[in-house]
Amino acid sequence: MISAPAIAVDQLVKVYKHVTAVDGISFVLEPGSITGLLGGNGAGKTTTIAMVMGLVIPTSGSVTVLGTNIAQHRHRVLHRMNFESPYVEMPMRLTIRQNLTVFGMLYGVEDVAGRIAAIAEELELTELLDRPTGKLSAGQKTRASLAKSLINRPEVLLLDEPTASLDPDTADWVRARLERYRAERGATVLLASHNMSEVERLCERVIIMKRGKIEDDDTPRHLLARYGRHTLEEVFLDVVRGRGETRQAAQ
Amino acid sequence: MTPAPAITYSPRRVAAMVLRYWYLLRSSWARLVELMYWPAVQMLMWGFLQLYIGQNASFFARASGIFIGAVMLWDILFRGQLGFSISFLEEMYARNLGNLMMSPLRATEFISALMIMSIVRLAIGLIPVSLLAIAFFGFNLYGLGFALAAFFANLILTSWSVGIFVSGLVLRNGLGAETFAWSIMFLLLPLACVYYPVAILPSFLQYLAWTLPPTYVFEGMRALLIDHVFRADLMLQALALNVVLMAGSAIAFLKLVDSARRQGSLLQTGE
Repeated sequence: MISAPAIAVDQLVKVYKHVTAVDGISFVLEPGSITGLLGGNGAGKTTTIAMVMGLVIPTSGSVTVLGTNIAQHRHRVLHRMNFESPYVEMPMRLTIRQNLTVFGMLYGVEDVAGRIAAIAEELELTELLDRPTGKLSAGQKTRASLAKSLINRPEVLLLDEPTASLDPDTADWVRARLERYRAERGATVLLASHNMSEVERLCERVIIMKRGKIEDDDTPRHLLARYGRHTLEEVFLDVVRGRGETRQAAQ
Repeated sequence: MTPAPAITYSPRRVAAMVLRYWYLLRSSWARLVELMYWPAVQMLMWGFLQLYIGQNASFFARASGIFIGAVMLWDILFRGQLGFSISFLEEMYARNLGNLMMSPLRATEFISALMIMSIVRLAIGLIPVSLLAIAFFGFNLYGLGFALAAFFANLILTSWSVGIFVSGLVLRNGLGAETFAWSIMFLLLPLACVYYPVAILPSFLQYLAWTLPPTYVFEGMRALLIDHVFRADLMLQALALNVVLMAGSAIAFLKLVDSARRQGSLLQTGE
């Protein structure tokens, strides 16, 4: 049996007044895959992710998540999705346990207390559960946000810069947990990041955006080979600076 | 897999949001004190003014409690809306709105939670103040009996309608529109004739005043305190106008949310 795609984006366009933020992009993410969405500032990554989440209505085109048109029926699948972003925070005066209780109830988790205990142990948050979220360090806050994003065991996980402003050790720890979650649950992950080593380590596929369009879309290994580069960062710079076409043509 | 939540309205999600605001209130004594501070100051100021005027004018001596009653009913209207709007604004201040918009929480559930919190906040502020009014001025708000329930229902419905509309404005336009949450109700203060009868207004403003549900409540309160008559007709007219106002606010809210989703302003909930 052929499984339906976890996320299908078809000819997606978003125009804000006279600015085209996303310009006719299409891609399909298979269930259980982990994909990196790369692009410079203003490339359209955040708008794309916002449309996948249903926070922004496309000008044209469609987004289907777990078989549901997200612009029209997002509430049918929101309990099977979750997200994490450094641009969104959990209420700071509430403790981690209180925040996770609220989100557990919002997502329809059955045994909220049991789930909180399990995820706190998994993410090494047990000792911190009764501490106000605003009194945590950056790394602890990221772990708390990660706990929120996994509270409902999502099948589709959208991550916007999940390790931004973290020290290398904590960032590596977060990546390891994400890899483990994906492996255990078979979740589909779409990851927007500026951190090339993170994308190289985590993602089996990379979509590079520039000025609202998809400039390239392949596995990290194929991209490195095609651009004749050693790192994804070099490939990224080639693409955003417009050198990709020149190099490929020369080769 | 997590079981599918109710596709439509979920009381559990409403409870989750009420719990979230309760945790917040419980964690901050300053928020709790602030809920009681302004209503107490207002009531004491108007109460002493009424005592002074009552000693020098026979009409006010007869109409005992007219100012205190007015200020307390005004507080139901104003603090009811503020309680609704502040709970909403807390999400903007906390940068938590994205988490909520991305969760299965529906607009109707969010609004229900805000309505419940407006009553909770109102109760925390108004119950101690109503006891103070008995202690200082012998004015027993609860002595109004059934009339108080009718006044309260109409005023809280108006406050929710305004709160819903303001929340839509803030969602669409960001925290730049926050000022409406604090000031919009004061537009009603002169027109709804809180402290004086409608007949005082110029005739063209009287037409406008009678389009506002609270005008009927304050006229009803004066009829009760001065003439000792409960005007059920005024309460029914206020209720009919409230139904129209609530429907208008709900439509405006949904259109503003839709516009916010089209303009991408849910992503930029700052200034």
